[in-house]
Amino acid sequence: MEQGASARVDLGVGRGQREPPMLSFLLRRLLVAVPTLFLVVTVAFFMMRAAPGSPFQGERKLTPEIEKAVNAKYGLDRPLPVQYVSYLGDALRGDLGPSLKYRDKTVADIIAQGFPKSVAIGLAAIVGAILIGVGLGVAAALRQNRPADYVATTVAILGVCIPSFVTAPLLVLLFASTLGWLPTAGWGGVRNLILPVVVLALPQIAIISRLTRAGMIEVLSSNYVRTARSKGLSERRIVLHHALRGAILPLVSYLGPAVAGLITGSLVVEQIFNLPGLGKYFVISALQRDYTVVMGVVILYAALILALNLVSDVLYAVLDPRVKLT
Amino acid sequence: MSAFGPELAPGSRRGAAAMAGAAPRGRSLWDDALRRLMRNRAAVASLIVLALLLVAAAIGPYLAAYPYDQVNKNDVWVGPLTGDHLLGTDSLGRDLLARLLIGLRVSLAVGVVATFVSLVIGVIWGATAGYLGGRVDELMMRIVDILYSLPYIFFVILLMVTFGRNFILMFVAIGAVEWLTMARIVRGQTLSLKQKEFVEAARAAGVSGSAIVARHVVPNLLGPVVVYVTLTIPGVILAESFLSFLGLGVQEPLTSLGVLIANGALEMELAPWLLVFPSIVMVVTLMCFNFIGDGLRDAIDPKDR
Repeated sequence: MEQGASARVDLGVGRGQREPPMLSFLLRRLLVAVPTLFLVVTVAFFMMRAAPGSPFQGERKLTPEIEKAVNAKYGLDRPLPVQYVSYLGDALRGDLGPSLKYRDKTVADIIAQGFPKSVAIGLAAIVGAILIGVGLGVAAALRQNRPADYVATTVAILGVCIPSFVTAPLLVLLFASTLGWLPTAGWGGVRNLILPVVVLALPQIAIISRLTRAGMIEVLSSNYVRTARSKGLSERRIVLHHALRGAILPLVSYLGPAVAGLITGSLVVEQIFNLPGLGKYFVISALQRDYTVVMGVVILYAALILALNLVSDVLYAVLDPRVKLT
Repeated sequence: MSAFGPELAPGSRRGAAAMAGAAPRGRSLWDDALRRLMRNRAAVASLIVLALLLVAAAIGPYLAAYPYDQVNKNDVWVGPLTGDHLLGTDSLGRDLLARLLIGLRVSLAVGVVATFVSLVIGVIWGATAGYLGGRVDELMMRIVDILYSLPYIFFVILLMVTFGRNFILMFVAIGAVEWLTMARIVRGQTLSLKQKEFVEAARAAGVSGSAIVARHVVPNLLGPVVVYVTLTIPGVILAESFLSFLGLGVQEPLTSLGVLIANGALEMELAPWLLVFPSIVMVVTLMCFNFIGDGLRDAIDPKDR
């Protein structure tokens, strides 16, 4: 389950380094990122084209002449390798092409429309999850094997074991259909976003509280906390200023995987709550063979995951000097 | 070893005689682990519940009062505990209990088979990379790194769209995604194992590289691998359900827990039981695997003793 963190704690004797470690680390990661993105584009391109059907089938039967003309308009009549090379060239210049299904819209338009919504939901969920998760984790660690700990542990287990496609309909059933406090679905005011954000945040709360609890317990028995205690600092100050800093370090390296989890989660959440985010566009486009939109979304998310993994590894190394970037 | 005391060292005549006789067996690593696992109440309870679920999935569909795909237009949306249907019926009048049993069977089968696929690929890949080391290791793990940063869920969706909803393909697709972590775990373990004396001894005795990996390295990897397997199965079940939820999973009339939940969610206002019962079975199953996995990790990993 743990992904990403390729920065390893290395307490061994430092090896002689010829180049500044950060620079060589960034270079290495770029060396992985470029083939990764290339692979993403290639696999997605050929998989999409191997799918039966075409973007222009469906709504009404096209006469062969019209279909030919439409194909020619979008360059789909050329041999596949030619299309691939020209797509690669366009993508490198930042041109993701027109949507094949939404007339008069480019892929960039669709991303500009859907992506901010997905990001808004995802950000709200992760910020909420960090606040609640860290709080729960700290409370559990400070009161080990007491009621607060059991509450936190139970929440953590439930959050991991109850998938979002179970919590989402159940919460809708309770808060929207039965109690009528919140709208069932759709995009509108803040009230529309409460349930989706909660559903997205729950599994993250579980994981974050678990990480925080483990980190906190470890840190609380460390020498520097003992030093702080023997200096006579207040418990509050020890926890907030000394222990917490060390305890939440593992969270930083969880940042990358967390985003990946949020993306997956938002596919479900956008589907259930009928939110016009990018996840929904992706599923619809994949089913309708809107090649260019699918490709654009995949590239965007792949780049996002790569970038955030890199950021979290660098941050981790900056915050914890014991960590060597490899 | 020390349990036998110095005078009973294997190789000495007395020692050999004592060992051949009814000598008390020493506590092996696995005995210890088993004892610790049995003391973990949540894990034991989960083992029992999971065993029951497995039996239900295996023989339940044969015992159910109705076939899972029998449509009955007269008994549409019958509530639970009314009439002859213990858990009620769905919009086509199909018995929910029968469908739940077959859905559980499909979900568990997907979980186990896909995990097995990931196990085989991951162990071979990781053990090879770890044992050979050097350039080969570097290359093999770079490939894993690259595959790791792909946004999988998109590819699995594309795969389902491309090749249609193919049951076998789904096993393979999910298994092929899950092997990466397995390979990393196995490689790390292999790296430390190959420094051990017994591997050196085997090498000195002229055992070939592949035989060393197969006979001496892989059996010693078992601990962490078993733990990861128990944690992978629920992950796979989730992945399958997730695909089913997006309408890309198993095809009707066959069903899985994910399909049942997805369909239940559509009709939850009319027939909440169609959502509630499959959800409960799903959550209980996932919980069992997680408790057993956590219990095994605590039992096998000596660091946490």
